[in-house]
Amino acid sequence: MLSEIKTLEEAKKLSLDIIKNSALTYEQKTSQLAKLAENLNNFPVDGVSDRLFEISEEGGICDLWEGHAPYAPRYICPNYQKLLDEGCKFLRLEKSETLLDAINNLLIFYHHVPSVTRYPVYIGKIDKLLDPFITDRDEAKKLIKWFLVSLDRTVNDSFCHANIGPEKTVAGEIILELLPELNNVTPNMTILYDEDKTPDDFGEKCVYASLLTANPAFANDKFYRKDFNGDYAIASCYNGLPISGGAFTLGRLRLGSLARSSKSKKDFFERVLPEAIDLMCNFMESKIKFIVEETQFFETNFLVKEGFIELDRFVGLFGMVGLHECVEKLLELESEHYEYGKDDFANNLGIEVMDFIEKRVNNFESKYSTFWNNRFMLHSQVGAQDDCGDSAGVRIKIGKEVSMYDHIRHSGLFHKYFPSGIGDHFPFDETAEKNPSAVLDIFKAAFNLNMRYISCYGDSGDLIRVTGYLVKKSDMQKFIDGENVSYDTVQYAREAFEKYHLLERKVREV
Amino acid sequence: MLVRGKINKIIDLSVVDGPGNRTSIFLQGCNFNCFYCHNPETIKHCINCMECIQSCPTKSLTNENGGIKWNDKTCINCDECIRACNHLSSPKVYNWTVDETIDRIKKNIPFIRGITVSGGECTLQHHFLVPLFREVKKLGLTCFVDTNGSLAFKKLIDLVEVTDSFMLDIKAFDNDDHIFITKKKVDTVLENADYLASINKLFEIRTVTIAGMDNEKTVDKITSMLSKYIKQGYKIRYKIIKYRKFGVREEYSMFSSPTDEEMENLKQIALRNGFEDVVIV
Repeated sequence: MLSEIKTLEEAKKLSLDIIKNSALTYEQKTSQLAKLAENLNNFPVDGVSDRLFEISEEGGICDLWEGHAPYAPRYICPNYQKLLDEGCKFLRLEKSETLLDAINNLLIFYHHVPSVTRYPVYIGKIDKLLDPFITDRDEAKKLIKWFLVSLDRTVNDSFCHANIGPEKTVAGEIILELLPELNNVTPNMTILYDEDKTPDDFGEKCVYASLLTANPAFANDKFYRKDFNGDYAIASCYNGLPISGGAFTLGRLRLGSLARSSKSKKDFFERVLPEAIDLMCNFMESKIKFIVEETQFFETNFLVKEGFIELDRFVGLFGMVGLHECVEKLLELESEHYEYGKDDFANNLGIEVMDFIEKRVNNFESKYSTFWNNRFMLHSQVGAQDDCGDSAGVRIKIGKEVSMYDHIRHSGLFHKYFPSGIGDHFPFDETAEKNPSAVLDIFKAAFNLNMRYISCYGDSGDLIRVTGYLVKKSDMQKFIDGENVSYDTVQYAREAFEKYHLLERKVREV
Repeated sequence: MLVRGKINKIIDLSVVDGPGNRTSIFLQGCNFNCFYCHNPETIKHCINCMECIQSCPTKSLTNENGGIKWNDKTCINCDECIRACNHLSSPKVYNWTVDETIDRIKKNIPFIRGITVSGGECTLQHHFLVPLFREVKKLGLTCFVDTNGSLAFKKLIDLVEVTDSFMLDIKAFDNDDHIFITKKKVDTVLENADYLASINKLFEIRTVTIAGMDNEKTVDKITSMLSKYIKQGYKIRYKIIKYRKFGVREEYSMFSSPTDEEMENLKQIALRNGFEDVVIV
């Protein structure tokens, strides 16, 4: 809900609640207090009607707590290759000559990359960045292990995303060998997978690692390269973004909530949905203008000044959740008894909703978002802790899953709409660990059926992909029991665990 | 008349029945009766005794002119009928033509690399398998056979030709042990192992090991016999399976599993005899 702080007393109470919360670490308190201070300002909502707040209160629009006066873009994907090739003046770093130089430069640099989470959401193609510096494999393995441990203990948030592949490299193999040994939450990892570039043995190692540690997920490299006309980053949960750029902001429509506030299917398509889309586009545009024109981020920050990022490569992300519940409600309003995921009739209605959204969002011209032709990119968002009755993105509701092959075919219908991210996660029975090639066969088929992003995890492992990011079941228990846990993401995951019955996802028994 | 196959079960997504992701098809009927069989309901064909009809909570089984009819649309797969059967069979069997079977397999493309036919003992229905495999091949899929090796494959040339590779159970090496477990002699099984290995169509051999049996001898003899083919560069996986009580008939529940140490020891024997891919399950 887009709430504003009305009185000083209210602000004081909110700040004391944070200060006295025993489940938060010192750093978590500091960042929440900073957010509170930011939110003493009113939203930058020039030309946006109060209907925005009404719809938000009814649950139809959510700003993902981006803050009332955003002072940096939400997601930033710097050009890390430039850092290694040239160094960084602001941080007084020389170009990297050795593996140790590269690791040290990256770890220092990451510390200075802002994002909505206060941690970097993209840390680069870590295999490609490090591989050229490897001379001795054993020595490299020690250093890369140290690199990964350092990342996990300092970047306390699993929205931090590393990319590997599509080609097999020594660095990539070392990383895959280390994943099960370390069993870390950070970084979230994706292999940019292309059947024609990724050798099967490397692909199978990725599957094996993900069955044990839920990392890496698989992105359909061909599909993304086509959309981005070349290189791209997978950041945060699974957001496809331009490298040397990122995303200014991400707003979300809750389609289930919007459908529930409609009188009929006609009312939904003619009044409710277009109004919400237009309001959200304008709200996002106001925030982008604030970041670009009021905060001077794009004039003063060293990332911009030294060319690690460029204003023209930032986009606005138009997100959505709850297509399943939306279709469910529209069918109920029409007295039709079909089920989303299972029946073509319901799936076609889902496509009708998506076609409508895509067209309407593309009608909005942004002053910025130049990388995407001054349009906002669609994003199938993974859900957030205060969603109620809105499943992640366009996913089939947990508990209503169909057979895996049908599930993938269903996903294939929707993945095309979301260049900036969508994905499905499948838990597998532990027997799959003995034959990763079988899971790879399924992933290859999924990509041939136009899926953009897919991941698996072993149902008996500690790490689980919550909605897009990783959390340890054991950390979740500690947090529920009132203990401090260093990872921020555990806070977000709690409700997802309890509300969406994540542990009840259909396990693919084989 | 169209040739039909008696099919007990189809698993659309199987990661344990050969290379890659496969669809496994279990045929009804077996000529062995191993005491540790985990799916004894696949051993015999239904005799339409109608004993199971009463057990069905969803009334999915009916008597139609003296033959049992199963409605797979209303069946909830609770397996009450199988528990009620006193004849080691199941009323839930499809009697499909090659075309009907192919239609079902096609639904799993492009997810699968091939099919694996198992049982029961699938080769008893080789008249169905040969035309089925010929059609499956046209779909670009591979065909694997999971067998007890009781029929002499040298005489089933059509089947061997159209099959990509075999997975063969060798339950014991010693004839008396084999008879004890299966009630049948071992000679044909061993001849088949040698023959299939010699033409490089032996993907995997499997042995179930039980505490108290001479498992060392079985593993040692089998791997020694086949080691010459491994030396030629042929790849044969050996899956050494630990006996598990779960699913085994009550009257045979006195047997128990070998220890982990014994399993590891068996693996080492196979490796010493030149096998490279040895898996303990």
